[in-house]
Amino acid sequence: MSAVFFFLGAIGALAGAIGVVMLRNPFYSVLSLVFHLISLAALFLLLRAEFVAAAQVVVYAGAVMVLYVFVVAYVGGGEELPSGGGLRILGPLFALVLAIELCIAMLGSALKGISGKGAPYIPGFGSPRQIGTLFLTKYLFPFEVASLLLLVAAIGAVVLARRRRGLEPDEEFETKLHTPLSHRIGSMAESVGARRDS
Amino acid sequence: MAIGWYLVVSALIFAIGAAGVLTRRNPLVILLCLELMLNAANLALVAFARMHGNADGQIFALIVMVVAACEVTVGLGLIVAMYRRKLPIDVDELNELNG
Repeated sequence: MSAVFFFLGAIGALAGAIGVVMLRNPFYSVLSLVFHLISLAALFLLLRAEFVAAAQVVVYAGAVMVLYVFVVAYVGGGEELPSGGGLRILGPLFALVLAIELCIAMLGSALKGISGKGAPYIPGFGSPRQIGTLFLTKYLFPFEVASLLLLVAAIGAVVLARRRRGLEPDEEFETKLHTPLSHRIGSMAESVGARRDS
Repeated sequence: MAIGWYLVVSALIFAIGAAGVLTRRNPLVILLCLELMLNAANLALVAFARMHGNADGQIFALIVMVVAACEVTVGLGLIVAMYRRKLPIDVDELNELNG
């Protein structure tokens, strides 16, 4: 029974991945990635990683993809021209070589566990309880670093995407700057004309 | 299912993502393909966690998801900044920082 679900999830994940790469419209690529993420969550469930699967669906397919959809709607994803030159042939070729090499490296390794079904299942493996305990005891430092990284990324995104005064021409600001002040308004230096060149 | 099957799927997804990064020109789609590659790594991590019966790999996968979210935020901020400055949304034409 698990084999059926595995093949359903694997085919879904691979089809979603191919869709992301092949579809010309970025909006459809994002939708294809959502499908891919949900299929991957099914595979995580088969691997007894309940919490990771739930986080995948809620955080990734929910929140991050909404961000993508907003940016695609804002930027207006037009159809793109196919890339010319050597990369068009070399890219898929490189990917094929990479896939073959990875398969040889993993299946040809002497790892005994690869051909088995994994360690015997202990109840509670991969549950939120176990993940939470590990995060707050053994992996406390990575947990704190991750929260700091999220803060830095949020501030960085705001700084990057904010509207810059002075770099791009802003009509309202320019007119304010060049309207002459009437007499006796402003600082003393301005009223005697020391700091105003107009 | 044997763990090896999951690893093969992970390798295929990683290769598809790499092909997308190399061939596509829209930076939005390149970010999506990076997500594909990170997810392939996540699948391998969770598969190995199952193989060892140890949840450390799942913790690693969750941290990878956090890093991916940060990467997406900064990357999309860059794309919005490029759009605001009326720069072309095309990595082949944005080559001024290119060595």
